[in-house]
Amino acid sequence: MALPTYASPLERVWYYTYIVICCLVFLFLIAPILIVIPLSFNAEAYFTFTPKMLAFDPAGYSLRWYDTLLTLGHSGGDGVRDASWWSEVWERSTWVQAAKNSFWVGLWATILATTLGTIAALGLSRPEMPYRRLIMALLISPMIVPIIIIAVGMSFFFAKACVAPDSAMGAIFGYFLSEKGCLANSHLGVIVAHATLGIPFVIITVTATLSGFDQSLIRAAQSLGANPRTTFFKVIMPLILPGVISGALFAFVTSFDEVVAVLFIAGPDQQTIPRQMFNGIREAISPAILAVATILVVISVLLLTMVELLRRRSDRLRGVTGR
Amino acid sequence: MKKTLILTTALVSFGFAANADVTVMSWGGAYGAAQTEGHVKPWAAATGNATVMVDSENPAPAIKAMVEAGNVTVDVASVEYADAIRLCDEGLLEPIDAASLPAGADGTPAADDFFPGAVTECGVSTDIWSNVFAYDTTKFPEGPKTAADFFDLTKFPGKRGLKKGAKAVLEFALLGDGVAPADVYTVLGTPEGVDRAFAKLDTIKAETVWWEAGAQAPQLLADGEVAMTTAYNGRIFAAAVGEGKPFEIVWDGQIYENESYVVPKGAPNKDLAMEFIRYATSTEGLRAQASHISYGPPRKSANLEPIMYTDGKTEMGPHLPTNPANLTNALLTSSEFWVDHDAELNERFQAWLAQ
Amino acid sequence: MAEAATELLTTADGRPLKAALAAAQLRAKRRAFLLVLPLLLFVLLTFLIPIVYMLKRSVEHDGFSNAAPALDTWFAQNPGFDPANPPEEAFAALAQDLSRMQVEKTTGMAGTRINYTVPGTISLFKKGAREAATLAAPFKGSLLAVDADWGKPALWRGMAAASSPYTTEFYKVASDRKLTDDGWARGGDKERIYLYLFFKTFLVSGIITVICLLLAFPVSHLLATLPMAKSSLLMILVLLPFWTSLLVRTTSWIALLQEQGIVNDLMVGIGLIGEDGRLTMMYNMTGTIVAMTHVLLPFMILPLYSVMKVIPPSYARAARSLGATSWTTFRRVYLPQTLPGIAAGSLLVFILAVGYYITPALVGGSDGILISNLISFHMSKSNWSLAAAIAGMLLAAILLLYWLYDRLIGIDRLKLG
Repeated sequence: MALPTYASPLERVWYYTYIVICCLVFLFLIAPILIVIPLSFNAEAYFTFTPKMLAFDPAGYSLRWYDTLLTLGHSGGDGVRDASWWSEVWERSTWVQAAKNSFWVGLWATILATTLGTIAALGLSRPEMPYRRLIMALLISPMIVPIIIIAVGMSFFFAKACVAPDSAMGAIFGYFLSEKGCLANSHLGVIVAHATLGIPFVIITVTATLSGFDQSLIRAAQSLGANPRTTFFKVIMPLILPGVISGALFAFVTSFDEVVAVLFIAGPDQQTIPRQMFNGIREAISPAILAVATILVVISVLLLTMVELLRRRSDRLRGVTGR
Repeated sequence: MKKTLILTTALVSFGFAANADVTVMSWGGAYGAAQTEGHVKPWAAATGNATVMVDSENPAPAIKAMVEAGNVTVDVASVEYADAIRLCDEGLLEPIDAASLPAGADGTPAADDFFPGAVTECGVSTDIWSNVFAYDTTKFPEGPKTAADFFDLTKFPGKRGLKKGAKAVLEFALLGDGVAPADVYTVLGTPEGVDRAFAKLDTIKAETVWWEAGAQAPQLLADGEVAMTTAYNGRIFAAAVGEGKPFEIVWDGQIYENESYVVPKGAPNKDLAMEFIRYATSTEGLRAQASHISYGPPRKSANLEPIMYTDGKTEMGPHLPTNPANLTNALLTSSEFWVDHDAELNERFQAWLAQ
Repeated sequence: MAEAATELLTTADGRPLKAALAAAQLRAKRRAFLLVLPLLLFVLLTFLIPIVYMLKRSVEHDGFSNAAPALDTWFAQNPGFDPANPPEEAFAALAQDLSRMQVEKTTGMAGTRINYTVPGTISLFKKGAREAATLAAPFKGSLLAVDADWGKPALWRGMAAASSPYTTEFYKVASDRKLTDDGWARGGDKERIYLYLFFKTFLVSGIITVICLLLAFPVSHLLATLPMAKSSLLMILVLLPFWTSLLVRTTSWIALLQEQGIVNDLMVGIGLIGEDGRLTMMYNMTGTIVAMTHVLLPFMILPLYSVMKVIPPSYARAARSLGATSWTTFRRVYLPQTLPGIAAGSLLVFILAVGYYITPALVGGSDGILISNLISFHMSKSNWSLAAAIAGMLLAAILLLYWLYDRLIGIDRLKLG
């Protein structure tokens, strides 16, 4: 917004104040995220800039905290870094295990949430859908109901949601459940919990994409002789795909960042990155946490870029201009 | 059966970390490390049973939740003495056959060898640890000497670190207010006594930083966030002797208690768990743990010879809560008192904190 | 016209058109519903049932009723007994139950249940059960000889209430009421916490909402009025925090605000404050508010932005050309048009703030904790029914706000990025 030519001096002052305020708010938004990056290269075990760092002395910077991410939980941290050393990093290091768990849990939760969510969104955006508002409210509520309440409820219910390990169900799902065949303390428990939390995001993004969807395209496809399957895969899917992918990314990030449900329903085998960070912050806050944080910031920048590109593509496809 | 299970596991495995045979749950940090080095690793090496240590902020509620849900994944847990008794009363722990505990290295039968009260129906003590307070010697060359000094902000200015919980904090406040250790629980049993403890805490409330996990206390001291803090003595020892931090423990007003290994009811490997406990609480097991962290072994036979710290030059004796010189003004935690008043006083504590 | 109305329209195969249409519509409805069904079932299993389970937990505790069948029966038969002076049969039933508890090892469970409302009873039950074998008629006298506390009216009130597995007592405790000898009463000033924390949680959420609104308004306005290319770039600054891990952001606030942190270092460095004048901005309410504002700000900016985006600038120009001052233009023309965005953003931020857990848990210290943290505290103390009761009360408040949001704004208008 440019200042109009007829602005009075007072308005000019006000205008520049307004610009300054906006800049400060942007600084407030972004500074805390960027500040962790230089801090993570601290050579000392401090959580702030050391005089050496401020003087840009190379000795003030190091990669030691990134190194601890590899060596924590490693039996021979100082050993020669040969193939077996690296293979132990892959198999044993605490942070690497947490990253693996986070990744797999996030992936399965995303697949679950996206598949179920997209199909449901297709139903929800049909004009004939009965009780649309009520169902929508229910499906969005995992985002609204405080996570602590969901986590408490899940911790009660998942502990009781068990199958006998020697039954048929146990044989099929046994590995994904806890030793006693329960959802609590199991990978599957964390996956379904995270899928539940991710569903609102999928529903919101996919229904938003579908709301701009031109229903006559379906009729056009059908009149040209396409069966429902062809219509779905050749017409609907390509158009809503950007929405589906960004919903999936939202779901993945939700899972990748989720700690409360994990704290309440997961066992020691389901150590994830956020849980490891949460414990780290509560106990001894070392710059190793900042190194993890930096990696996560880089990941979120990548994801955000991806979502933005997708959104633009989707807008273009649907013929919407501007945001 | 087990074989096929492992096989299917391997087939459907998509990269999660694998399960171990025996799972021990403890408090993490320097303490968890001492139990890992002193008990878990040597036992696993001696018996060939894959054993893992998992950390918890407090194992007692964790195993309570598991047992009540019938979803127990932990075989052995390290819990506070009062919790070992409370959980046992609630029928959540496996009873431990005291007669099966090994005799001391000098041949003394276990019943005579353990300190009185160290073996309970469902728990065997692994060590005697203590709530002490410590300060940074670079901040106070002429350091505090008594519990009362902790509350003296004029003589020793600076922030205080305190554990965020009623237990041991209320007793410490009364000790700091001049109550004799023998009278602490009588006083704390009355409403006036509780008020008195909170009034004492009020005097430093504005200057207090609260910690929750044991590792936080030495961290606060190291970061300069506090000038002195209460802490588990072993954590301060690990920082001072192990890492050479300039920390000094004040033993006056220490509040000590037993820590116990227990087996949750329905543990997946109950027999191995019992075997583990017998190993860990033998004279050698206790000494091995005590050589990693300065908590006193609860067997007479384990205290006969000096225990050396893993650095090979520090003798543990003077650093143990059970050292006579450290017991001049000390309080043994009353498990009975806390079993009864934990809920009530913690609620009051939370209310006081939030105000 | 009348003729046409009586003659039914039919489809080609002769069925009445109305019925055919209804059937087709029903089919379409069913088909739409079938698409949603799998997700509904999933959410039922992983979300609704757990919450119902939790609510059940808040009114259910069978620790005492299971352990004391004789007393259960006696209390059921004598609902109007005098707690100040229970008769001999009541003590006889108690003695019978105590010896049963000793055998079945349920003393702890029973004592723990009563201990929630009458503190100090766990050891009383343990002592009673230990001595159960020595008890003899008259049981009243012999029990009182073991411990005079067995005659406390509050204890008898507590046991009577606990003799049924279903109870509202946990909600009473969660409303700061205490069981006294004369029945339930308001707790002492030093003991009240739950309602106070509820109030505080709402107050803090309100403060955060207002701060978010004040910060978000100019920024959203700027974003909405800048040319597309520039605003897209700036939008990234809003969306990046949105996509960054909550734990990362909380960590950075600790690094920034703690006593030895960057902001304090900076202020000491430029001489604004002395070395011993470092401000305490972390592990208290200040830290909680700052960090939560940062986390929730994008939830305010996005709805505000989407509303401001569609406000035509010509309205403001028209107002100005008709002689309104810039302030009047803003107040009378611009602000009213942004109200839907303000309402949407404020409600969303408020709802999310009320249930916040992680940030206060990590940076709240002592006075910065909110009601969620108390739920987690009671969970960690294994006091599950009370935790569930507090959660139930919080849930009721949230659902009310959610309903309000749906009424005022509409769930389907929720947007992300």
